[in-house]
Amino acid sequence: MKNRTFFWFILPSLITMLLFIALPIVSVAVQSMHIEHEAVMVEVENCGPFGCKKELQIDVEETAKLKEERPLGQFNGIGTYTNRNHLAFIEIGLALQSSNGFLDFISKALNLPFYRALAFTLTYTFIVTPLVIFFGFIIALGVNTLPKRIKGPTIFISLLPMIVTPLIGSLILFWMIDANGILGSALQRIFDDPNLSLKASPALTWIMLMVYGVWHSAPFAFIVFYAGLQTVPGDTMEAAMIDGASRWERTRYVVLPHLMPLTVFILLIQLMDNFRVFEPIVSFSAQASATSLSWIIYNDLVGTESQFFGSAGATSVLTIIGVGILLIPVLIRTWRDFNQKVV
Amino acid sequence: MFLKTITFAGAFALLGSTAIAGCGISSGNVSILSNDFPAIQAVTSAAATCAGDGVTVETNLTKDHKDIMVAALTANPAQYSSVIVSNSTLVTLMNDGLLRPLDEMVAKYGAALNKNQLITVNGKVMAVAFMANAQHLFSRVDVLKAAGVDSIPATYEEVLAAAEKIRAADLMEYPVALNTKAGWNLAEEFVNMYMGTGADFFKPGTAEVAINNKHGVATLEMLKSLVAYSNPDYLTYDSNATQAEWEAGNLALATMWGSRGSAVLDDEGSTAEVVAGTVLSAAPSWGNGPRPASTLWWDGIAISTNVSDEDAEATFAALMNGISPEVVKANNDAAVWLVEGYMPSPASVGVAGTASGGAAPYPMIPFMGALHGAIGAEISDFLQGSESAEQALIDVEAAYTAAAKEQGFLK
Repeated sequence: MKNRTFFWFILPSLITMLLFIALPIVSVAVQSMHIEHEAVMVEVENCGPFGCKKELQIDVEETAKLKEERPLGQFNGIGTYTNRNHLAFIEIGLALQSSNGFLDFISKALNLPFYRALAFTLTYTFIVTPLVIFFGFIIALGVNTLPKRIKGPTIFISLLPMIVTPLIGSLILFWMIDANGILGSALQRIFDDPNLSLKASPALTWIMLMVYGVWHSAPFAFIVFYAGLQTVPGDTMEAAMIDGASRWERTRYVVLPHLMPLTVFILLIQLMDNFRVFEPIVSFSAQASATSLSWIIYNDLVGTESQFFGSAGATSVLTIIGVGILLIPVLIRTWRDFNQKVV
Repeated sequence: MFLKTITFAGAFALLGSTAIAGCGISSGNVSILSNDFPAIQAVTSAAATCAGDGVTVETNLTKDHKDIMVAALTANPAQYSSVIVSNSTLVTLMNDGLLRPLDEMVAKYGAALNKNQLITVNGKVMAVAFMANAQHLFSRVDVLKAAGVDSIPATYEEVLAAAEKIRAADLMEYPVALNTKAGWNLAEEFVNMYMGTGADFFKPGTAEVAINNKHGVATLEMLKSLVAYSNPDYLTYDSNATQAEWEAGNLALATMWGSRGSAVLDDEGSTAEVVAGTVLSAAPSWGNGPRPASTLWWDGIAISTNVSDEDAEATFAALMNGISPEVVKANNDAAVWLVEGYMPSPASVGVAGTASGGAAPYPMIPFMGALHGAIGAEISDFLQGSESAEQALIDVEAAYTAAAKEQGFLK
């Protein structure tokens, strides 16, 4: 394709990407570097059904003037990024000085909201992603060997966890694992412990969230692998069979290498998705035991009565950076493969 | 005192109730944003009867109202001409100057209002309250009696003793519940309990937090003692969950919202045994504290700044129709109404008792929301046993300070 043609061809998507991806990110970054104006306060008397009380109140007129002058608020640089509710430079520094031993330092760091969320987010990403790929592949292999007649219904049923809206899917699971729910009471029977509760302990909550994550995402990996399996070259398979390769050997040396590009694709998508884990935490009411970066953003915007736009912006930018760091190894690999092919 | 006000108000109801014939408006667009529970449904549907002949009435009742209200009212013209506010949401909207003073409209349409319904800030009427709410004690007297407890606990120490007896008698393993879902609910329990000590949340006249003291530690210890008698899942319990547990007969002592009272006492969703045994009473006090450990809340009408005067007036008049004595009479048990003509019912004695016991209103301070959020995020570590009370309070103060700096309340 000529450069000129290519340019006109790509222009519409370029414009939409600029408008709906690049600009919002810039605006979020700008917002994250501002905090609200210093509040001008006056003490006034508030009266209501339960009596009167002198309380501080914001002087709306004075504050409106400040807002008029500088609508974005006060410039704070990276102050929001380094404060206690985000990267907490000062607190981490103090913890480094005062802690005796690595474990003590870790426990002090995990007491800070950002690092606590990061710990769960990373654990979730690195446990759920490989499991999703593994189970997706196994299911795809299994379904591929089924007789034609039951293939269709099986595929449909296997896809259900992905079709169900995450919020609803996790709510259903949340009720099922309740002590009165079918899974919860079954577990209590199996382990013969009437007080066993998946919601009560942080460790069990983490496991529960990850089981949900695998349950929800495995169908995605499955359907991609299944599509890939349909393109495995029959000649190579036959040749392998004639050479006396067992089923395992065929899978290992023919199917797997053939599906490698798809695996990289699933890996990329799943790393991004799992790093943004959010819905199950809300549905499982798990915030006491597990929080994620996305959950922090949500909590800044709707968890309290006033909204923390700067704080939410800072966490968003940090999330984008996090996704970037996670994807770099995979991207470098893809880039190398691509270059080799060109040569 | 509180009950008296209400009954006296009832006696004088006749004086003002004829002031509004029909709705008294001929044109204007009315749109109302509010929380969603039975009492508010009654108010908004009565306001909606004013529609017709040049008047349109739209309502949006949603639990998520507080997430959209600021954005919706910042627009000019505002998306909603009115928001049904409470102590805490009023402050949030006023911080941005999104609500207009109501003095003129009260003079014109509010002849039927009680003086104590008017929420005034710095001498200006900013909202008109129509109902009161508070968290207070729900008890199962049949279970208490079976465990050998003859009187309803008046202090949290007595609640703990009663819970221990119920457990010892093998009646219930987890007799106690509070709305302890991590986040806003849990923070509200902390605020309630701390209120019972009579101490301040902030250094007077400043936005500097001051809860890291012996009262704060005692508050956390008391909460921890109580959740020891709660189901291990307590950190996922919100109002819906505690109500369901109560109606299922799994609880004997619970601190729940007054607005749940009528739903618990009606003949739906529970057994006759549970309903017959349920008694509502004032929020307990504790630790020889000066007042019940609870906060008083009101819900009321507020009108947007960014709408035309005509729409504002139509909205106010329609909502006055919504909280008229007739509406209150027809929905008497749905809430603890502040409106004339309200007759106290078994579902309201808890809130009324809490108010007459001297409980304080939830603080109408602009930076209270930031503290509430910090408490909700930081104290569950302590309740789960992974850190000390002192450390939890240090964490709350640090989280609040960072948030308050970001909002310009602290330097």
